[in-house]
Amino acid sequence: MLVDDTDRRLLRQLCAQPEASTTELARAANLTEATCWRRLEKLRKAGVLRGQRAVINWRALGWQVEVSLRITLDKTNPRAFDEFLAAARQVPEVLEIQTFLGRVDLRLNVIARDMAHYQQIYRDRILTLPHIADLEALMHLSDIKHAESLPI
Amino acid sequence: MIELDATDRALLRALAQDATQSAGALGRQLGLSQPATWRRLKRLRDAGAIARRQVDLDLPALGLGVTVFLGISLAAKGRVSLTDFERAVSAIPEVQTVQHVLGLYDYRLRVVARDLSDFERVLRRRIMTLPGVGAVDANVLLSEERLPGPL
Repeated sequence: MLVDDTDRRLLRQLCAQPEASTTELARAANLTEATCWRRLEKLRKAGVLRGQRAVINWRALGWQVEVSLRITLDKTNPRAFDEFLAAARQVPEVLEIQTFLGRVDLRLNVIARDMAHYQQIYRDRILTLPHIADLEALMHLSDIKHAESLPI
Repeated sequence: MIELDATDRALLRALAQDATQSAGALGRQLGLSQPATWRRLKRLRDAGAIARRQVDLDLPALGLGVTVFLGISLAAKGRVSLTDFERAVSAIPEVQTVQHVLGLYDYRLRVVARDLSDFERVLRRRIMTLPGVGAVDANVLLSEERLPGPL
């Protein structure tokens, strides 16, 4: 589908205030309510607007530690990626898996209740994942910005 | 800290999939009445269990074909103000997330761009010119999956 400037304006408003009603969005994007609803429906059908998800605040649930593990795989084994991914999906504390083109192959976002718990997950569940050649950890201190607006 | 039972966990899992569901719809899935669901949602919200809602868009369809993660080390620690750096980096529209981290880098950024040459423009004109920026390490995102986590 062709996304025009009005669609982009509407999506920008939606990203800025995801909980707004169609009426509020229509007003913010300077559209009638019917047009606003029709355009959102069209964007949803075309798969441009995939939906909205709640972002869990793990800290509030008692998960105090968040670590980015940047992993390089042993690529001499052609099945390294598939086997690593399949095993990483089985670790409950892994929240995100990303694959890259660049200095590292993958990144896992891992949470733990505290440092002792992290240590345990790291030793028992992460270091035992298959085909790891190298691994470095970044500990999250704070979120400075998260995407509420996009250059669209 | 809030204690969660199995139903609370199921509610959070459902909202992490689709945050637009009404209390009625969620209750029907879990075999709860609408008022009971509403009370549980309110308790979760009051405890801050949900950080925010995130709109999920097909970025390539909107012309943003490239996502790059940057690791940034500050060049002169102690002499650059972290606040100045954070304010300047947060003002760049292509920078989607900024995380202060401890380890090999000081900051981790998620950057979107139309294509690789557009990314190069952002990197040269906006990121490399930030106050105090030292080494920059880039990884282009190929795929991304989100898992439900320990719920």
